[in-house]
Amino acid sequence: MDPVLKVDDINVYYGSIHAIKGVSFEVGQGEVVTLIGANGAGKSTTLNTIAGLLRSKTGSVTFMGEDMGKVPPHKVVSKGLALVPEGRRIFLQMTTQENLEMGAFTRKGVDAADLEQVFAQFPRLKERRKQVAGTLSGGEQQMLAMGRALMSHPKLLMLDEPSMGLAPILVEQIFEIIQGLHKAGTTILLVEQNAQAALSVADRGYVLETGKIVTSGSGQELLDSPAIKKAYLGG
Amino acid sequence: MNMKKSFKNMRKSTRRSFITYGFVIIAFIILQIMNGMGMLSFSLQGMLVPICAYVVMAVSLNLTVGILGELSLGHAGFMSVGAFTGVTAAMALQTAIPFAPLRLAVGMAVGAVFAAVVGFLIGIPVLRLKGDYLAIVTLAFGEIIKTIFTNLYVGVDQNGLHIRLLKNLSDLAEDGTMIVRGPMGMGGVAKISTFTAGFVLVMISLVVVFNLVNSRAGRAIMSIRDNRIAAESIGLHVTKYKMMAFVVSASLAGAAGALFAMNYSTIVASKFDFNTSILVLVFVVLGGLGNMLGSIIAAALLTILPEALRSFADYRMLVYAIVLILVMLATNNPTLRAWIDQLQKAVTGKRKKEAA
Repeated sequence: MDPVLKVDDINVYYGSIHAIKGVSFEVGQGEVVTLIGANGAGKSTTLNTIAGLLRSKTGSVTFMGEDMGKVPPHKVVSKGLALVPEGRRIFLQMTTQENLEMGAFTRKGVDAADLEQVFAQFPRLKERRKQVAGTLSGGEQQMLAMGRALMSHPKLLMLDEPSMGLAPILVEQIFEIIQGLHKAGTTILLVEQNAQAALSVADRGYVLETGKIVTSGSGQELLDSPAIKKAYLGG
Repeated sequence: MNMKKSFKNMRKSTRRSFITYGFVIIAFIILQIMNGMGMLSFSLQGMLVPICAYVVMAVSLNLTVGILGELSLGHAGFMSVGAFTGVTAAMALQTAIPFAPLRLAVGMAVGAVFAAVVGFLIGIPVLRLKGDYLAIVTLAFGEIIKTIFTNLYVGVDQNGLHIRLLKNLSDLAEDGTMIVRGPMGMGGVAKISTFTAGFVLVMISLVVVFNLVNSRAGRAIMSIRDNRIAAESIGLHVTKYKMMAFVVSASLAGAAGALFAMNYSTIVASKFDFNTSILVLVFVVLGGLGNMLGSIIAAALLTILPEALRSFADYRMLVYAIVLILVMLATNNPTLRAWIDQLQKAVTGKRKKEAA
């Protein structure tokens, strides 16, 4: 079967800075794939290129068999590709429910079943449905950002550092939710600095270093690899 | 009783817009009656149309500043475009449309269309920017528009319109009339603006703005204000919705400009300068960002205030500034705010009892 997402030899520049140097990888149906790496390795740049916010000079991004090279960013979501941006970007002045409804904006109209489905995955959000999103805790805001992305019925969910700035217990919760989504059949591309947590929920992982993929393998292989252990997992 | 109940059950945003419509209609009726009975002073009579024009300016700028969340410092530029194109259209059609109210309506429509086109063209570069940068560029465009109109010469004769930039018209027929005379502005404008026309324009503006705000597009616009990156990530066409708000705002300002200009026999481009833009911004900020009723009240009161302070003579603007500062302090005072909230609760509580 064709992969959901196929990234083939992309090169991305910020002005004269060569940020992504020939990165290629794939995400298959129902898989959780993670891109790990240190600050400035190019993880977010890769995601933003897939989402159409940045453009690659060479190579291609193919999503569900379609070349995404010329698709403008606002059309990407309706094609089934949802990005949960870094740093919990939610609509602070709207309520939880309104935030979720905005997630279905490209589908023109929400039905109650969609909301219930998201609430089933995030029971916490149901408790807070009438609350203004700005008053939610950091963990709840991250859940809301993920729930909102799910409202667009994505065929691929891309998460940009969902654990950033959260307390350890909340990080655990977020990864439990990712596992839950995985079990429910959602295809996920996860970008993380928290390599240990990311690899333990992922089917496969790629290690990005200064714009290049240096290693790849199954989640367990990477967790066991001495080089990875040394570089990212603290011995 | 039934009506009251259904009013209570309305969505908050709908209720708010109905209160605003009601306020404007009642204010119009009261002023009309007072005017009929000769209770308005001569100077206040003369201010009825400018008040309407400034109210529309404030409501339309509130769409850009309060709803879209982008600071525009060139709103008077759109007013200027509306004034010059609207008056030109009305003067050129003097014989074709003898019925003045219709000519006024056509003038305002022409002003609105031209301002919308200019708003769209300016929006293309401006809306790529945000925050302070956007504010500075709108300021610059406002000044550019002013300079262009200061150097524009327009005349009309049997051959049609003659338009020149920088130098006076030489090819105008003997019996033709000059409409725009460069730095001298427009002279001999037929004063066809009326308070009723101003009221109608205010109502149209409110209908347009409220319908936009409460629509799907309005939600999109407000979500961009709230968080641009999040709006992008849910697949909103950010530029499209920003442009929509900006162009609607510009076109309403254009209509207001035409209404304003046709209230005077002469009008010069320097009337619509940076000070006017700031004045309208003051109405919006004082009335509350995103609060249309607040904009209306602030625009009306602050237009009357300088006239009411005439007895202070030279100290007029000083007192005006002090009043502004006091109002700002008072509305931000927590004790006073709590008191107003309590008052509001008392009033709505009473209403609830009545409804039950």
